[in-house]
Amino acid sequence: MSLFDWFANRRKSGSPVSEGQEREIADGLWTKCESCSALTYTKDLRSNQMVCLECNHHMRVTSEQRIQQMIDADTWVAIDEGLRPTDPLKFRDRKAYSDRLRDAQEKTHLSDAVQTGIGQIEGAPIALGVMDFRFMGGSMGSVVGEKLTRLIERGTQQRLPVVIVCASGGARMQEGMLSLMQMAKVSGALQRHRSNRLLYIPVLTHPTAGGVTASFAMLGDIILAEPKATIAFAGRRVVEQTLREKLPDDFQTSEYLLTHGFIDAIVPRTQLKKTLAQLVRLHQPTLRQTPKGTQIPGIKTLTTVPE
Amino acid sequence: MANSSDRRPILLDFEKPLAELETRIIQIRELAEENEVDVSDQIHLLEERAVQLRQEIFSSLTPLQQLQVARHPRRPSTLDYVQAISDDWMELHGDRGGHDDPAMVGGVARIDGRPVVIVGQQKGRDTKDNVYRNFGMASPSGYRKAMRLMEHASQFDMPIITFIDTAGAFPGLVGEQEGQGEAIAYNLREMFRLEVPIICTVIGEGGSGGALGIGVGDRLMMFEHSVYTVISPEGCASILWRDAAKAPQAAEALKITAQDLKTLGILDEILPEPIGGAHSDPLKTAETLKAAIVRHLAELDQLTSEQRCDLRYQKFRSFGVFIEAGMMPAR
Repeated sequence: MSLFDWFANRRKSGSPVSEGQEREIADGLWTKCESCSALTYTKDLRSNQMVCLECNHHMRVTSEQRIQQMIDADTWVAIDEGLRPTDPLKFRDRKAYSDRLRDAQEKTHLSDAVQTGIGQIEGAPIALGVMDFRFMGGSMGSVVGEKLTRLIERGTQQRLPVVIVCASGGARMQEGMLSLMQMAKVSGALQRHRSNRLLYIPVLTHPTAGGVTASFAMLGDIILAEPKATIAFAGRRVVEQTLREKLPDDFQTSEYLLTHGFIDAIVPRTQLKKTLAQLVRLHQPTLRQTPKGTQIPGIKTLTTVPE
Repeated sequence: MANSSDRRPILLDFEKPLAELETRIIQIRELAEENEVDVSDQIHLLEERAVQLRQEIFSSLTPLQQLQVARHPRRPSTLDYVQAISDDWMELHGDRGGHDDPAMVGGVARIDGRPVVIVGQQKGRDTKDNVYRNFGMASPSGYRKAMRLMEHASQFDMPIITFIDTAGAFPGLVGEQEGQGEAIAYNLREMFRLEVPIICTVIGEGGSGGALGIGVGDRLMMFEHSVYTVISPEGCASILWRDAAKAPQAAEALKITAQDLKTLGILDEILPEPIGGAHSDPLKTAETLKAAIVRHLAELDQLTSEQRCDLRYQKFRSFGVFIEAGMMPAR
């Protein structure tokens, strides 16, 4: 056996690493960081919300993990779980859309690329949508658009803040114009939520692109992003082809968007829940506190201070 | 005859048999005149055949051929329609943020006696004009200019008429720097808020988010040979097929023609074009457009602004096809 064959065999026998999955080594006991290659005890990594302890790289998390990280224990109530995608255009490229859907569903145990529900964040109820990039690149078709619209509508009805964690390549091509129209549909729901003076905060995670960037990702009253996430309208390659020149390294990152005034803050994942809870509290008008003894006679205050 | 080359029709591939036939008719006629022979019967037959051939070609265009007609360099543009359908027109400029994007035009006009605001993407007539107009691909400032003009319409209670004709929002450095995504998103949301009637018409190419950025309204119309697509067939082919040459298959699969979108329930009305496409008779095409706008405005006038906003919301709310299984008994 030549040395080359030996290496080839070794490569073959190595555990297959599929896209979107954590690179787990030795039965998941250790995880290698995609950015700095540091090996970390997976348990430690999980307790640090999949943020590398060495280099602060934010690894991809599933929607399930994300909900766990953000929502108070035992307060999550999923909604519209019965919505399932179909194949309205009978779309087929190199593979049929219906097959792609089935594969994604088997891989993720999700019906489509977003989970929605109501839960509490440090005791405050919010309507939360979490996109899952593992499901066809988090792309938005009819189901993603419908679930988000219903979530926002419910937020409007129940007067709840809405938070959407974005992770998406954009509109889902396989549903054609129906996908494009979801951008308008979700934006319309946000208009109604907004006109009721309710708070909406999108959290942009890696990657947020295309039709999602050009709709609900950019419509927050306050917009947060995770460090070093790619946030783009047109893909980097498309822009490079248009310009025929290389772009700066930080182009289309969270940091770039913060410098250019399109997002409010970059929040490390480990601080996200705390930050969101703080913002939600700051925007609750009914909790306006009046210092004791300063009540002006004859003027009714809207709220009372808890004793 | 240097000038005549400018007026020569620009032929699409599938029009070639027709062009050949027409050239032959001219040749025969010239030959007959030279030799003083009467061939009027034959010419008449050939001319009939040409009309028939044109009809056949244009009634059975493939989606990719539709796209070619939609992108035809002589296809009437936003400003052509403005000129043809309005009695009074003044173009307005600028986004009030430091830019005036020539790829997005707009202004105040009078249609059938009624003041309106018209907004639309503007493609160029020739290479030089196209460079100036950035091939009708607007920058964020273009979408902000459009919004500013739509706010103007709302302020003065004028209906908004938008003409969609773009390959897409400009995917360049400036676009990303100045927030292409934000500019489009903002329009999508605010167009639901505006209380005046909004009528959107795809006059040529409806390219993705860049088209939708002025495309939220009470009515959506498309010209017969225009297209509206979530991604260009070329882009789709290179991503899903990993081969840009598969654009014809992508164009087919994406369902981009007016007929397809009518079937999907996205479209309110298909505006017929003259045989040979809008560019073969721009004035007649403009008449069709004007009549449709006037008719829809009359319909929308019957509603209160609240009803209109509600119906606009319900219209977009209904877009999407999915299965709802395992519904909870009481919701």
